[in-house]
This record gives sequence, structure tokens and C-alpha cells, in this order.
Amino acid sequence: MEHTAPPLFRTGPTPLARLMIFSMLSIVFLIADARFNYLTFLRQVTAVIVYPLQRLAAAPAAIGGHISDFFVTHSSLRNDNLRLAQHNLELARETQQTRALQLENVHLRGLLTAREKLAVPATAAEILYAARDPFARKVMIDQGLQRDIEAGRPVVDHVGVIGQVTRVYPWLSEVTLITDKGHLVPVMNVRTGLRAVLAGTGDDGRLELRFIPLAADFQIGDRLVTSGIDGIYPPGLPVAEVTNVERNTAYLFANITCKPVAGVNAHAQVLVLGPMSAAPQRPEETPAAAPQKKRKKS
Amino acid sequence: MSGPSMMPQELLLPVRPGFIFVTLVTALLANLLPWSGWVMWLAPDFVALLVLYWCIHEPRKIGFLTAWSLGLLMDIAEGSLFGEHALAYVILAYAGMVLHRRVQRFSMAPQILHVIPLLLFTDLVVLLVRALAGSDFPGYAYFLGSVVGAALWPPLAHLLKLPQHPRPDPDRV
Repeated sequence: MEHTAPPLFRTGPTPLARLMIFSMLSIVFLIADARFNYLTFLRQVTAVIVYPLQRLAAAPAAIGGHISDFFVTHSSLRNDNLRLAQHNLELARETQQTRALQLENVHLRGLLTAREKLAVPATAAEILYAARDPFARKVMIDQGLQRDIEAGRPVVDHVGVIGQVTRVYPWLSEVTLITDKGHLVPVMNVRTGLRAVLAGTGDDGRLELRFIPLAADFQIGDRLVTSGIDGIYPPGLPVAEVTNVERNTAYLFANITCKPVAGVNAHAQVLVLGPMSAAPQRPEETPAAAPQKKRKKS
Repeated sequence: MSGPSMMPQELLLPVRPGFIFVTLVTALLANLLPWSGWVMWLAPDFVALLVLYWCIHEPRKIGFLTAWSLGLLMDIAEGSLFGEHALAYVILAYAGMVLHRRVQRFSMAPQILHVIPLLLFTDLVVLLVRALAGSDFPGYAYFLGSVVGAALWPPLAHLLKLPQHPRPDPDRV
């Protein structure tokens, strides 16, 4: 019979065993999250625990902002006022033109019996902080499930598109910026009407147009707006401006770099756009598909 | 035998678990501050630093579960993959616990030489996980945070030991 002396102190598994257990658990979590997106609920619960800390950590910057707001000088306010008044005049002129164009557009659309574009509802939000992840370009905003924000909603500032909501927590959402590597926006060249796909590079302030043939008409200074064919970004939002076009005949595609027009890193106030009105073709497709099914059943 | 690289041993009061908790929460807050621009690259991972410190100095009062949960919280806050920091912190905690007798005996300079490779190794774990998930190498500036963290080790150790120094007894001459 084998007798081992009982341990003097109850210490549980050895550190190595614990390391193995927790490492395996982490790896299981990683795989479940990265490959299968299984852990949404666990993420939500953890997010609720971190939320007060996130708000607390964002507070000093907010308080600093309030304090510097308070000490604005009289002259800077007057300058601002003057500039804004001028800007307002310009905008008013443009609005009048736009109204005339809108009327004309409605009329023409009516003639074409095209569906009218619905105005997109929007939710105002504030950027709390930029996620400290060196591998991605993401920011956290202060609106989440409580305001019915969903993953996939486009986020814009007053100039143009800054990104897209990718994860939603109870009171926060995570926005992946258009500069994130792997983020794609379908765009259209305003000057020529050419459609293309704009990809982030992971660099702040640099975007790439991918798979553009060498002969395609892109010039420095061309403005790119969303084309709306993805059903996520409403059409016509400004996204970027072409900064460099390189045509090397050794490659199949032109090398076109752009810079985002929106202050992707600069602004604290953003708008989360509401769900886009469904693409016009879809309702026509469903009734066509339904009768076929019925026929099969009977 | 106390060479120049040996730490003079002091008798310190035991650490209160509440103090450890408060320091860890503070580190989490520091990590969540809105760092931006080049400061973001320089800012060390305070939670990793604190986990390592407590695993070296009080390996019985902080466990793998604490390190792992802190990692999960960091993953949510950063929006990274769920479990990425958890894995890194657990490995860091293990290294700290295995090396705690050794590191405690050294004075500050050699302690830093122990801390730098451990923090860099943690970075490597995160890098490996992200590489497997399909991210690009973010550049060598990525490792700067750990070097800064190691440089913060002496002031941090001094600060964290302050509440452990016994109060001078007024009755003793």
C-alpha cells in the first residue's frame, strides 16, 4: 500500500496547472469570440461592469473641456460669432439653392415614378475615448442599446463619414473608424460618377482606393462620396478626397491614396444615422420569390 | 552577504487586500483615460504593471483569477478580442509568481532587468494573438509602452510600499 503524507498546507493546484487552466480558458474565449461570435452576452455583462470606470476615466477630459469653455475670451467669441454669421449667410444661400433643386428633383422623380428618398433619422452622440488598441482604429461613443443603436449604423460628423458602429453595449457603442484596416466603404467619384471601394489602411488620415484599373479617371483633388449600394451608408455623404494617384504599368491596378474629409480623430460630437430605408429593389424581389415556394408546397 | 545589487531587507507591515484592490482599480482607470496620438504609444499598460508588481510582492494575495478577470475587463474596454489581455495577464501573473523570491532579493536596477523582458513577452503574446486573428504588425513603437512601464517600476514600487512602512512608535525612545 502506498501512503503519501497529507500536505501540511492546502494550496490547491500548482501555479503551472492554474496557468494551463486559465490559458486554455482564454484561448477557448478567443476562438469563440473571433471565429463564432458566441460571447455576445458575456461581453454585454462585462461591459456593464466596466461602464462606470469608463465614464469615470472620461470625466477629467470632459471637466477640462468645461473649464476651458468657461474661460473663453470676449474677442475670440466675437471672432467666432462673425465667422459663424458669414458661414450662416453662405449656408442660407446654398439652402435656398438646394430647396429649389429639391423641388425640381421631386418633380423629376415624380415624372420618373421613382421612390422618394426618406430623410434618415439620426441620434447625437459624444465620443468618450479612443480605444487604446494599437491594432485597430476604434472609438467609444456614449449611446448604446438604450437608444436603439444597432451594429452596422453609419456614424458621421458635420463634415462627413467617420465610421460604422460595430459593437453595441447597454450604454456605449464601439465605432470602427473608416481608417481602420479592413474597413471598406463603397464610394463614388463626384466628378466622374465612377464607383469604387475605399479601404482603410490602419494609418490615421490615409485611405486607399482598391482595384482601380490603370486607365480609370481619378485625379488629385477628386471628392468621394458614399455610393449607397451597400445598404449601410446612405448615398451622398462625403467620405474622402484623393491626395495621390500613382499609375505604375508594372501593376494591374492604380495606387490611389485619399484622406478622409471628416475629422476622424478630432471631433467629440457625432451623429449615428438611423436605419437606411431599404434598397428599392428588395421589396420587388420578395413577392416574386414567394409564389414559387407556394407552388412547391402544393 | 549583501552585495551592491542586493536589496536591504526591511520589515514591512502586511498589505491589506483592500489596498491591492484599490490600486488595481486605479490602474484600470489609468488605462481607460483618453490617451491619444503619440502619448498612446508611450503610455504603459498600468494593469499589467500592477498585476506583475502584486504577483511578485504578494503572490498569496493575488491570484490567477484576478489577473484573468482584469484581462477580460481590459478586452471589453479596448474593444479587442475577448480573452486577448486575459491570456497575456495570466502568463504575466505566472511569471511573477515563479520569479517572486528571486526578484524581491534584487535592488532596483536588476529588478528592472527582470521586468522589461516580462512586459515585452506580454506584448508578444498579444501580438501573436492579433497576428493569428489577421492584424498587421503595428510598428516597433508598439513595444515602447512596456519600456516606459519598466522605467516606472522604481517609483511605483516606492509608492506602493508607503502604506506598509510601520508608523514610528511615539512611546519608544
